[in-house]
Amino acid sequence: MTEASAPAATATATETVTALRPGVLGTNAARPDGVPKVQGRFAFANDLWAENMLWGATLRSPHPYARIRSVDVTGAWKIAGVEAIVTAEDVPGQPTYGLIRQDQHVFASAYVRYRGEPVAAVAADHPETCRRALEAIVVDYEVLTPLTDPEEAIAGTRDRIHPDGNLIRHQRILCGDPEATGPIVVEGNYEMGMQDQAFLGPEAALAVPDDDGAGLELYIATQWLHEDRKQVAACLGLPEERVRLVLGGVGGAFGAREDISLQVHCSLLALRTGRPIKMQYGREESFYGHVHRHPAKIWMRHHASADGVIVKIEARMVFDGGAYTSTSPAVLINGVTHAQGPYRCPNAIVDGYATRTNNPPCGAMRGFGVVQACFAHEGQMDKLAAAAGLSPVEVRLRNAMRTGDPLITGQPVDSVAPVERCIRETDALPMPPDLPADADVLALPGGSGRTADRGHVVRGVGYGVAIKNLMYSEGFDDYSTARCQLNDGVATLKFAAAEVGQGFVMLAQQIARSILGVDEVMLDTIDTQIGSSGSTSASRQTWISGGAVDAACRKVRELLLEAVAERHGMPALQLAIEGTDVVDTIGSLRIPVADASAGLRLDETVEYRHRATEDLDENGQGNCHVAFAFVAHRAVVDVDPELGLVKVVQIATAQDVGRALNPLSVAGQIEGGIAQGLGLAVMEEIIVTDGMVRNASFTDYLLPTTLDAPTVVFSLIEEPDPQAPLGAKGVGEPPCISVTPAIAAAIRDATGRDIGRVPVRPQDICLS
Amino acid sequence: MTQEPIGSPEIYRLQVNGESHDVQDAWLGESLLYVLRERLGLPGSKGACEQGECGSCTVLLDGAAVCACLVMAASATDADIVTVEGLAPDAALTDVQAAFLDEGAVQCGFCTPGLIVAVHHLLEHNPEPSALETREALSGNICRCTGYGRIFAAVDAVVASRADQAAR
Repeated sequence: MTEASAPAATATATETVTALRPGVLGTNAARPDGVPKVQGRFAFANDLWAENMLWGATLRSPHPYARIRSVDVTGAWKIAGVEAIVTAEDVPGQPTYGLIRQDQHVFASAYVRYRGEPVAAVAADHPETCRRALEAIVVDYEVLTPLTDPEEAIAGTRDRIHPDGNLIRHQRILCGDPEATGPIVVEGNYEMGMQDQAFLGPEAALAVPDDDGAGLELYIATQWLHEDRKQVAACLGLPEERVRLVLGGVGGAFGAREDISLQVHCSLLALRTGRPIKMQYGREESFYGHVHRHPAKIWMRHHASADGVIVKIEARMVFDGGAYTSTSPAVLINGVTHAQGPYRCPNAIVDGYATRTNNPPCGAMRGFGVVQACFAHEGQMDKLAAAAGLSPVEVRLRNAMRTGDPLITGQPVDSVAPVERCIRETDALPMPPDLPADADVLALPGGSGRTADRGHVVRGVGYGVAIKNLMYSEGFDDYSTARCQLNDGVATLKFAAAEVGQGFVMLAQQIARSILGVDEVMLDTIDTQIGSSGSTSASRQTWISGGAVDAACRKVRELLLEAVAERHGMPALQLAIEGTDVVDTIGSLRIPVADASAGLRLDETVEYRHRATEDLDENGQGNCHVAFAFVAHRAVVDVDPELGLVKVVQIATAQDVGRALNPLSVAGQIEGGIAQGLGLAVMEEIIVTDGMVRNASFTDYLLPTTLDAPTVVFSLIEEPDPQAPLGAKGVGEPPCISVTPAIAAAIRDATGRDIGRVPVRPQDICLS
Repeated sequence: MTQEPIGSPEIYRLQVNGESHDVQDAWLGESLLYVLRERLGLPGSKGACEQGECGSCTVLLDGAAVCACLVMAASATDADIVTVEGLAPDAALTDVQAAFLDEGAVQCGFCTPGLIVAVHHLLEHNPEPSALETREALSGNICRCTGYGRIFAAVDAVVASRADQAAR
């Protein structure tokens, strides 16, 4: 058990690793980017600067749905300092882009389909000049009535707002006996608001054109360099080799940097002007410039035996994808295939819809469709518990999935599935002390400004448990590339995996130290001068890029041992690396790796793939996912039911991590994910009315602060997964998934209210 | 009709990290954050909200922790300004910076410089803050990655080590 807010937090972790060499797998190795980050010297994408540089800026639609009659840029050209103005007709290559379907225009030409859609871009000598130039561009819009109700998109009662239609995807899952039922039937409606990733470092890039004007280098804060390059090159009409992407420092991502934002605009301005272009969004523009978490409405009905064992689930899930496709088809599939949660379920009828509307586009955010499903199935488990006369813990234990159990897609869960342990260990973690009678106002719901009366505060406890798929699904060719060189005892690694804050740069060094017995590991630039590492998303980099680095290092180790074996006339199989030495396992030979590798140039590049996955068939059957991780959360909240104020006091969690490769970093992922799940539970929502975003700022979009952060106590469940190259499962997403329903359940427990919507607002508590 | 360039012919002088900087040809509407980052080569202070909500641009202005995005640069001419770059001599780390690394308080790092300045400011004025006092003092600095747990651990570590040194 680890008490996160106490200095003792990492003592447990440290004690278990004292026997390990510093910096190897299993230790709290230091981040290679740590020192520059605390000194303010780390170069984030928006810190970049180039000689003769111009600034770029984007003109965006003020309407959620309108026809563009004309765009007149003549006024902007009259402003001193303006060097380029580009609109739809200036896009030299493919006019559209998109991750799954290329259905969004680089600049809107005929129609704008959401508030904030880009219409034009300018380059000028100063950000203020850019702002004035944008103001001087006159766009004549014929304003249309926006389609904002997903149900209208499903019903087909409105004209198409896009040539591809108003329904992005429908997927049904049929499993087992559709007539199956039991003595207990519980149902509920669940709704989730639109959450923003709200990474701290807004979108930014620096595009530097080649001297010949036929290519460029783009320094960009992104999650996926190679996918960006593919889309940018297509829109610019350039061969991919003329577009080189380099990772600019990334200030957080959480899914919001998986889609294109300013990449094409910035590149186009650079090619137009022949000068370096820097673009960076402010916070308001960032809200318009990236996709969000899908708002969802879910109906679920559970059929169970009298003793609370699930017989069948029925669900209808509606995810609003907004104006463009982004990753909505994949988010939807995650939602429907996780509808049962981490519980055995023999029969199911699930219908899922991803709709197209004139609301802000939605796509990837940490948890990717599973967050919505989990909020619904966990609400249902509590209803089932009540109906069966069981405790929330008991009903979950009774239905807990085990390794090998089938999903409602027919896919067996052959990942290690310690669901029961997650639940039991979470429940065994200590409860927080009672709220003192003389508690400081800062510790009360509402804090110092809207002070609850201590006498009114009631405490509640709730549980949530989750299953989350890891890596990419549905037949996607998911792989990662890594190169390892070893020379004179120094390893050099190269990969294109985006470091967004999670610490892959540190993990890669740990792997090389462990496999090669070196202490010094250099990291080459993260760019497109090597094959793809895929996206930093879907809890995948530790597994798949960790797997690639591991495999490249192992190949180099093989070469090293062969060279030593040849030199000493012995079979290579007899040699191994122990600590920082090459040793003869049955003899006395012992040579430091630094000496053994002196003069050698060992160099291997490896592509690592996880096993193939399948598409779902029309009944939603198929082995569409690769692997799964599990987690349980317990929330303790204090609520003032009269004011509708909530204070999340403590979150306890036990997480299935496979193997903790860097315990301190795992703690950081757990605590950070919990804060985001807490935000979704009680604070964070992009408020959209009639297609208009009403709170595109950090003043109005409320994020958890230090005063909102709960105490976190956690337990790591380390059952190494035999499929995982390092035994470790991705730990990024699970922490933010079941914490949200656990908090909602705790509020229900404290108030007796039927909370069916997150974020829970004061009126949902005191006026419902 | 071509408008005039936006740069002003007026020159003003800023005192940053003990050095004097002349600012010229600047638009007078520029914030202190913009001038530090884009004109003085001090990009350590970060901009994440432009409205004083996130604290990423926290600097010391005559010893007070302020959001540089809310200060007009041209109005700060008489102030002693300290940014994250001025907390320790080149390549050295303050105890707060070292504790952030040791305790795992750094992930993406975008909020980190502002938090480092804010923690220095807190411990200067309150060497042994209670847990609630720490939370209150840092509540104007948003971190999206860590959930703050490791940041609290870093503050606690600095408090303990400073108390330990004082006791010797």
